[in-house]
Formats: sequence, structure tokens, C-alpha cells
Amino acid sequence: MALALFGAVESGIIYAIMALGVYLTFRVLDFPDLTVDGSFVTGAGVAAISISNGVSPVIATLMAIVAGFIAGCITGLLHTKGKINALLSGILMMIALYSINLRIMDSPTVSLHNSPTIFSQLRDIWPAGIDSFFNGIFTTLGSERAPATWVIVFFMIIVTLAIKFFTDYFLKTDVGLALRATGDNKKMIRSLSANTDNLIVLGVGISNAMVALSGALIAQIGGFADVSMGIGMIVIGLASVIIGEALFGKKTIAIATIAVIGGAIVYRMVVTLALRVDFLETGDMKMITAFIVMVALIAPRIIQARKDKKRRLQKRAALAGLKEGA
Amino acid sequence: MLHVKDVAITFNEGTPDEKKALQGINLELHKGEFVTVIGSNGAGKSTLMNVISGNLVPDIGEVIISEKDVTMLPEFKRSAYIGRVFQDPMAGTAPSMTIEENLAMAYSRIRKRKLKPGVTKQRKVEFKEHLRTLNLGLEDRLNAKVGLLSGGERQALSLLMATFTNPNILLLDEHTAALDPARAELITNLTKKVVDEHGLTTLMVTHNMQQALDLGNRLIMMDKGQIILDINGDKKQNLTIEDLLKEFQRIRGEQFESDRAVLG
Repeated sequence: MALALFGAVESGIIYAIMALGVYLTFRVLDFPDLTVDGSFVTGAGVAAISISNGVSPVIATLMAIVAGFIAGCITGLLHTKGKINALLSGILMMIALYSINLRIMDSPTVSLHNSPTIFSQLRDIWPAGIDSFFNGIFTTLGSERAPATWVIVFFMIIVTLAIKFFTDYFLKTDVGLALRATGDNKKMIRSLSANTDNLIVLGVGISNAMVALSGALIAQIGGFADVSMGIGMIVIGLASVIIGEALFGKKTIAIATIAVIGGAIVYRMVVTLALRVDFLETGDMKMITAFIVMVALIAPRIIQARKDKKRRLQKRAALAGLKEGA
Repeated sequence: MLHVKDVAITFNEGTPDEKKALQGINLELHKGEFVTVIGSNGAGKSTLMNVISGNLVPDIGEVIISEKDVTMLPEFKRSAYIGRVFQDPMAGTAPSMTIEENLAMAYSRIRKRKLKPGVTKQRKVEFKEHLRTLNLGLEDRLNAKVGLLSGGERQALSLLMATFTNPNILLLDEHTAALDPARAELITNLTKKVVDEHGLTTLMVTHNMQQALDLGNRLIMMDKGQIILDINGDKKQNLTIEDLLKEFQRIRGEQFESDRAVLG
């Protein structure tokens, strides 16, 4: 159980990078970008095929980031220059990427079984003492089995936080402010001499670069890239954003981005726990995801409506009591 | 400073809905001139504003700002020369961003946007100073989201954002029309003060004749896509609403009652 949750946290931190990308388009740019399902695989595929052809894992991961950026830019261009509806541009790109990804990978699945990855290279230089120290804590907390290594968790916390701080900083620069205003009030920022078309292309590009990075890391941790591994990725990203905002708030950019990371981890934990229920199978995961998003969207409204109703009833009751007394 | 040269634009040309929105408009604004534009609905005031701001490209004619032909320049590029305040108080600011962030974006209107922080200590001091001139206490609320401000406060902020970088041209598009009388007066007074202080070349569209008479040193009246009246100097100072209505009737020779109701 504890080990399963450890795995959930581990992959949650990696998926958090994808969720930050989704946050950038959905929340900041107000651009519902469905490219994600495709660009996640593009990132995984580019990294996997490069590594299996002997490219160093770090370079392969950087190539995946560039590929994701390009895919996002094309979606942005379809929308801004081609004047295609935002949702549709993402869907078109997602579909096109399915074929492109197959071309990149040359087969539906690329295995990294005996190839080095960023994580295997890190594990080589990772002092074993750290693992045994944390595993000691882990077992004293009551778990029988301890994780194989802590290197992934530590490395990913650093990478994901670095991306979070990069996002926070970027969104506060002059360019970043204009990007946020593009999602908030296009008319206004255009009257303040900002090229909203370029900003949208840039924003969707950065978002998909993050998604592709996430895909590249997932491929390396799982040891394979599969052409269908991106299906429903956008919903997972949305679930992370919505859960995070509901649980941790969104008052400032810095809070919102850390909330998204938290949301991604919580999402993984919820799915892990859900799959342990007897009547649910692995194949039900997409349905569980959809259900989580539904609950996260609907529940806050019901809770608020109940609160309002309670407040009204109390006021009325108090007023009635007053009249009776008089 | 601003020269609109032989500009004409027709909407839906060749269809039953054809509308000659502007017909051979010639308008030259000298530096520091404050021109108020009046006219009934459909006279072409907004179209003129849109042609100047770059929202619309005229069929024929040129728009020249500070000796530079900007007729074909897209809106966002032209914005480097133009400060604008819209009629809708929600249109001129970004609601989910803070006051200081909105000001930082306005600050960058005339500069190239870079990957450096938009709100710096130095800029904050400057922003506070500018906000203080509004007398609304906004200088103590730099971190407040603009969406929390009232319509009047937002419009005052929009006005500040449009002007504190000294634009070559200031365009005011009925910017007090959506406010209650007290707020409208506040914004009108602020406009007067700001334009005087910076000596801004200003074009203001209004439906309010009294406002058109009170503000500025030149008045033009538009009708059916043409400028039918252009008054400046002393003559403008002594002008009354009655004069304007008489003048309009004389030129157009039509019953003016319906327009009078609109313009009053």
C-alpha cells in the first residue's frame, strides 16, 4: 500500500510537468488546447527513438522538448493565422500527431529495455547510503517493502520545482504579463501594442514543450514509448489543474502552480487507491479519471449552493422568530 | 500630429445593406489640440476612431501619425503611438491581474517587451506617484486585482494607463458614457487635467453635447460619414447647445428632434 502510494507520488511529480503545461493553456491563455494527447507521445517517442539509436538521454530529452514546442506552435498558428477555432486546431493537431508519432517511432512501441536513461545514469552516481537511509524510515513507518530507489523522486522534485519557478518568473516578466493579458482581455493588450497572435503561438508552444518533456521522462521511467500512451492525457492534465485549484487555491501565480503540482500528485494517488477497489480494473482508469473531473467540477457548486441555502433559511428563521416575539 | 487624409470606407459594398460609413474624411490635428467629436448614431464617429486605431483599414485614403504613414500598420503596432480609453470600463484593463501588473503592461506600450520582471521596485514608485494623481486611494492597493474595482475606478485606471506614457495621440471613445453621472464627472475632470498636464493631442467621441462643449479647444460634428461642422478657438468657447442644434438644422435642413433626444 505505502509502496503503491510512493509510486503514485513518483509518477505524479512527472505528470505534474504536463499539468503545468495544461495550466498554461487552459488557465493562463484561456486556450483549450487538445494537442496534449499527441504532443505527450511526441515527447516520449522522440526521446525513446533517439535513446535507442544511441543519443545520450539528456540530449534526447532536450530534443523531445523542442519537438513538443514545434507541435504546440503549429496548433497556435492554425488558430491565429488560420483562424481555426481553438478546440478544433488542437484536435486537428492531435490527430495529425498520431501519424507523425508513428513515423517518428517507426513502430507502435519503442522499448528502452537495455538502453541508458536519465534515471539509470543518475542511479549510477547516486550514493546507496541515501536509499538505505530513507528506506529505513519507510520500513519503520510500517511498510514491509521499500522502494528500489529514491533517486527518481528527488531528481523529479528538483526538475518539477525548477519548471514551476521558471513558469512563475516568466509569467511576471513583461512578455509573461502580456501573455496573461492575452488570456484575460485581448482587446486591451492589443491596444497596449502587444502582438496577441505571437503570444498565443509562444504560449501554446511552451505548454506543449512541457507536455513533451513529461512524456519523455515517463517513457524513460517506464522503459518504453507507446503510440497510444497519450490518450486522455488532456483530461488527466485538466483533472490535476482542477483538483489542485480546489484543494490548494489559486490566489497568486506561485500558489496556482504549486497547486497544480499538488493536484497532479493527488490525482495519481486517488487513481492508485481506486484501482485497489475489488470491482475496478486497470481498463477502468479512463472512466475513473473522467469521474474525478466530473466530481471536481460539480462538487464545489453543490457545496456552495447548500451553504447559501442554509444561510437563507437561518436568516428567515431568525426573522420569523423575531416577529413571533413581537 | 494626426492627419486623416481623404479616408472613405464602405461596409457590405454591393449588397442591399451597403453603408458608406465614411465619405472622404479629412481631418488634421495639430500637436496639443483637443478635439471633441459629436454626431448621432451611425454618423461614423466610431468608424473614424477604428480607422485611426487600426481596427479597420480604410478603402481609400491615408492615416498619418507624426509624419508616419500608418494606414496599413496592424493595430498592435500602431498602439505604440496611440493611447486609448474605451466606452466599456471592463475593456481597458485586465480584471484577473493586479493594478501594478496592469500599469506595467501600459508602461511597456512604447517599449519592447523583454524577459525581465514587469513590476520592479523602481517602477512601483513611479506607479504610485501616477496613481496618487487620481485621488482614489488606488496607490495603496497596488496588489489588488483590477476586477475588484468599481467601474469608475477601472475607467480612471484605464485613463491613467492610456496617458502616463505620453502617447502621440489619445483616443477617447465615449469613455464616460457607461458611468453614472457622478463618476462620469470625475472621469471628465480627470481627462481635462491629464490632457492639460501632458499637452496631449486628443480626439474624444461623445454623445453628450455639454461635455463636447466643456472639453477641448475644437469641436467637430459628423453626419452620414462626413464632417459637417468644424469649430475651434474663441468660437468654440462661446458655443451653446442651441447653437449646435441650429447649425445642424441649417446644414442638413432636417427635423432634428429625434437626434436631439439622442444627443441631449
